[in-house]
Amino acid sequence: MTSLLAVGVAPLGLDALIAAVSERSGDSTGADGAVVAFLGLVRNHNLGRRVRYLEYEAYEPLALKTFERIAGEVEDRWPGVRLALHHRIGRLAIGEASVAIVTSSSHRADAYAANRYTIERVKQIAPIWKREFFDGGDVWIEGATADPADEAARARAERIACA
Amino acid sequence: MRVTVRLFARLRDIAGAAELARDVAPGATIGSVWRQLTSEYPELGPYERAISSAVNADYARMDTELRDGDEVAFLPPVSGG
Repeated sequence: MTSLLAVGVAPLGLDALIAAVSERSGDSTGADGAVVAFLGLVRNHNLGRRVRYLEYEAYEPLALKTFERIAGEVEDRWPGVRLALHHRIGRLAIGEASVAIVTSSSHRADAYAANRYTIERVKQIAPIWKREFFDGGDVWIEGATADPADEAARARAERIACA
Repeated sequence: MRVTVRLFARLRDIAGAAELARDVAPGATIGSVWRQLTSEYPELGPYERAISSAVNADYARMDTELRDGDEVAFLPPVSGG
């Protein structure tokens, strides 16, 4: 059985995550009307640079706890939505998936919104870093200062998700 | 007392190590460990306002007091996804 939340070196596939969010039992079997699946891919260009490959690293135990936090936020905001979130680390080639997010829900609006919210929160607070190797050099990409308690950032993710 | 320091991404590159052991005084905080590190590795200094920190794999503020054996982590701005 696939974990709903994971960080690891194995290639990502949507099928396992879709199956994981569909593993319901009892009264909820058949209750879903929507599954939204998102893959984040390694792009061959960034800021005008020709990207050759990326290397991802994570503070794994904290990354998993952060994924649990995000799953809790999703449950609070969109009760009944089921979430699977996997992030890959290590060296990734152009076109490979770095992150996979699957959400299921009775209705599509919640599944879409919860999915978008999840990727925004991953980018805000998950202790994961990418190092870009491009033609002519390499650079650590530095985005957001991670602060799970920053309510303004969380609210921003929610606004983007519900736009 | 003794703590383990974990460094990630560019912070690790600057220090040249992913993990460091450091002796600290009783009452030491995450912030005091950070200041000790920036005196050893001045290139870390500009990260002061941008980093996050954690103790034993939980996010924690810089004024958090440390205990013997704690694992302190310093995290540069994140870029997952």
